[in-house]
Amino acid sequence: MSTSTAGRFVGQSVKRREDPRLLTGHGRYVDDVMLPGMLHCAFVRSDVARGRIVRVDTDAARKLDGVVAVLTADDLNHHAGNMQPTMMMTTPGAPLRPLADGDVRFVGEPIVLIVAESRYIAEDGAELVEVEIDGDRAVVDMERALDIDAPIVHPELGTNLAAEMAFPVAPELEALLQDGNVVRRTFRQHRHTPVPMETRGIVVAYEPAAGTVNAWMSTQNPHEAKHTISRMLGVPSHLVRVQAHDVGGGFGQKFFTPREELVVALAARRLGRTLKWIEDRRENLIASNHARADIADCAFALDADGRLLGTYIDHVEDAGSFPVGATGGPGALVGLLFTGPYKCPLASLRTRAVWTNTCGRGAYRGPWMFETVAREQMVDAAAREIGMDPLEWRRRNVVPTAELPYTLPTGLPLDLVSPAETLEQAVEIIGYEAFRAEQQRAFTEDGRLLGVGLGLYVEPSTGMMDPMGTETAVVRVDPSGQVTVALGTGSHGQGIETTMAQVVAEELGIDFDEVTVVQGDSAVTAYGRGTGGSGTAVIAGNSCRNACAIVRAKAIGIAAHLMEAAPGDLEIVDAQIAVRGTPTRSIAWSEVAHIAHLETARLPEGMEAGLEATATFKAPPFSWSNACHACTVEVDRATGVVSILRYVVSEDCGVMINPMIVEGQVAGGVAQGIGGTLYEHFVYDDDGNPLTTTFMDYLLPTATEVPNIEYGHVETPSPTPGGHKGMGEGGAIGSPPAIFNAVADALALAGASIDRTPLSPDAILQALG
Amino acid sequence: MRSVEMTVNGERRRGVVEARMTLADFLREQCALTGTHLGCEHGVCGACTVLLEGEAVRACLMFAVQADGGEVTTIEGLGGPDGALSPVQDAFRAEHGLQCGFCTPGFVVSVTALLRENPQPSEADIREALSGNLCRCTGYQGIVRAVQRAAGTAQ
Repeated sequence: MSTSTAGRFVGQSVKRREDPRLLTGHGRYVDDVMLPGMLHCAFVRSDVARGRIVRVDTDAARKLDGVVAVLTADDLNHHAGNMQPTMMMTTPGAPLRPLADGDVRFVGEPIVLIVAESRYIAEDGAELVEVEIDGDRAVVDMERALDIDAPIVHPELGTNLAAEMAFPVAPELEALLQDGNVVRRTFRQHRHTPVPMETRGIVVAYEPAAGTVNAWMSTQNPHEAKHTISRMLGVPSHLVRVQAHDVGGGFGQKFFTPREELVVALAARRLGRTLKWIEDRRENLIASNHARADIADCAFALDADGRLLGTYIDHVEDAGSFPVGATGGPGALVGLLFTGPYKCPLASLRTRAVWTNTCGRGAYRGPWMFETVAREQMVDAAAREIGMDPLEWRRRNVVPTAELPYTLPTGLPLDLVSPAETLEQAVEIIGYEAFRAEQQRAFTEDGRLLGVGLGLYVEPSTGMMDPMGTETAVVRVDPSGQVTVALGTGSHGQGIETTMAQVVAEELGIDFDEVTVVQGDSAVTAYGRGTGGSGTAVIAGNSCRNACAIVRAKAIGIAAHLMEAAPGDLEIVDAQIAVRGTPTRSIAWSEVAHIAHLETARLPEGMEAGLEATATFKAPPFSWSNACHACTVEVDRATGVVSILRYVVSEDCGVMINPMIVEGQVAGGVAQGIGGTLYEHFVYDDDGNPLTTTFMDYLLPTATEVPNIEYGHVETPSPTPGGHKGMGEGGAIGSPPAIFNAVADALALAGASIDRTPLSPDAILQALG
Repeated sequence: MRSVEMTVNGERRRGVVEARMTLADFLREQCALTGTHLGCEHGVCGACTVLLEGEAVRACLMFAVQADGGEVTTIEGLGGPDGALSPVQDAFRAEHGLQCGFCTPGFVVSVTALLRENPQPSEADIREALSGNLCRCTGYQGIVRAVQRAAGTAQ
């Protein structure tokens, strides 16, 4: 299972193609795009969570020298088309609107757009706008959103219940939950937000004479942006081009096309001007998208040996006011995946999403990850309650490899995974048994609180949602034999220009340096799903493979004709097409490429000139990946500070394209999990006023908080041609419960317990009493 | 409006700016040196770090007029001619010290300043010195290794 399948390029830690430009300051992010005649935008936003707009006075702003336009809902909203994501056009959701119209529904909601000659003047203009709002009681606490007397966030909808899904509870499960040996807990996960280091932004030019829209955006998904802008503006999609050169992180936030970008594009269309809007950090924190605000009542029914007989989860997620492409969807997965890598015959669930007068929920690295958080924290709680070590509980309950495929009680088929192996590898690397001994010694001799925690999960990467399961690659060989690959992806740190070049070089038998990947531009690539959902390796990678297979077959066909050899006897090695076993009988790849374009009379009869192919790959519904996170912590009894001592990830993402990049993705996810569990907390007061609006209040982990991460790899190839699996999100899925469990383990020594995050010093001290 | 003049990456640069224009905006907009990035504009994230008289400073917290007459080095001024990477830049590439690249110029400038001051930093020194720069992608793993590599102290 751990055999290496490394090739000449696939499986190698090739240095990234992107790095030289990024390291020397020559990347091109959206704010680096400066066009002639470009004007700058700033938003006036609501400072009230819920209320009626009484008056918007823009006179002073309009009179300010350098202000070009001041736009309100009256100017823009009636020109707007459908703002919903393409894949959710018919999904019920929030009543999206460009600018607040008549009322406001969260602090940060945009009310007025100022367009000016410089960003400085635009912000001056914004300060001159007077907005009078008749504030009313807001729904801030998700646990009060469904109260009978709760104000209604969206009057058009008449309810704060945004979505609901429930499975019937089978009588056998009902009986177990009523009369069996049942462990129950309620876990709460607090609100945090993705925080890419580059905020959102758009530069957009409408050219009235041509009727075209050209947009440069910080987006993970240029084709989605193109189509949403097309609908929003009423400009046919073939006249809209979206480019994303370098993108400074996204983590889900930039997967769909958010409200502000659409408003600025609509303003450019109405004004016939080129506009730039770059979000500032306060806007990014209060008004981009929030995530992770969840609560779940969980129940595990166990037999006398601690084996899982049945589960129930009743989950509520906070959708905020205007979520982007997320309402209720992640919650369904929370329920469906709750039993994860463990054998369990019976399960049921209810999941609901509620509207609140807060920033809308959106995707964040593993949007459904509360299933792992709730389950893994339940595992430790249940093990502790029955007096069993949590590792032993997992060993008894994890699905053994020999019993795969295994159908989850919710019906999902689990196969080609290795949770049992990654569990054992992780505990071996971290030295679990030895740590247990050290933990006891440190407690009994010195009174110190050490803890160890595990987080085990399976991730149904790729394909589950149809529109996100397909990608098209164009592989184009030019007359000199150099290759350009065009992909509809939106790389934002994953190194796609490197990894996909590795795949293509491997498949074509040519050098890595002969392959360039073009992506992030809707005009020069086929429609694509964008970069997100851990999909690129499997979906784009295999679309590249499919296109390469066509190109390779044609090149071999040409060579066979020229060499009077049988195509089946030929192979491509080091850019030479040679008779297998007789490398002296060969023709150069570059010569074949030249002939295919420029000496077409030498091609086989009837063969088309040129050497390129377009191919699509449709991912299977599941390419399960899995991992086990293990960490050890010390809790300082005097200060409540949690220090991570060691952190181990054993992961199985199938065949790795670039191990260096895989480990980098895992590390980044773990760092976000550390931040999310210990430091990052987006806080509202009772009236819905945000209190964490700068990096002085919203605390990201720094180099002093993230330890060295140790890795183990298990390789179980997926059933797709390359054998890869999705792995971009997993680091952020497994880490929060591993850290939580380690802290809970340490606190248990002192007889204390916790049931919610963040694990701030205050929360720890409170738990310790 | 005020006129300012400074040496940026060895070249004389002049401009007429509002007193409130930040050094970062002057570098980005008037000098067209867009490698200096703005991640928070309140002095926490460190993406806008540049060298002023050899000292690492936050270009978002300084006005251009405060750098009048000074010598500024930005990320664009650290590499060799023809795109050659500096030892620090090369180490970041070798150790996968960057992903999206947005925070990277600030880190590279900060590390360059650190190694001039302390050529053999311990891991604790490195982590402490980097704690004024935020990275959201790498978990700092490759960044710490890159500093060790550039310093010749890699394990």
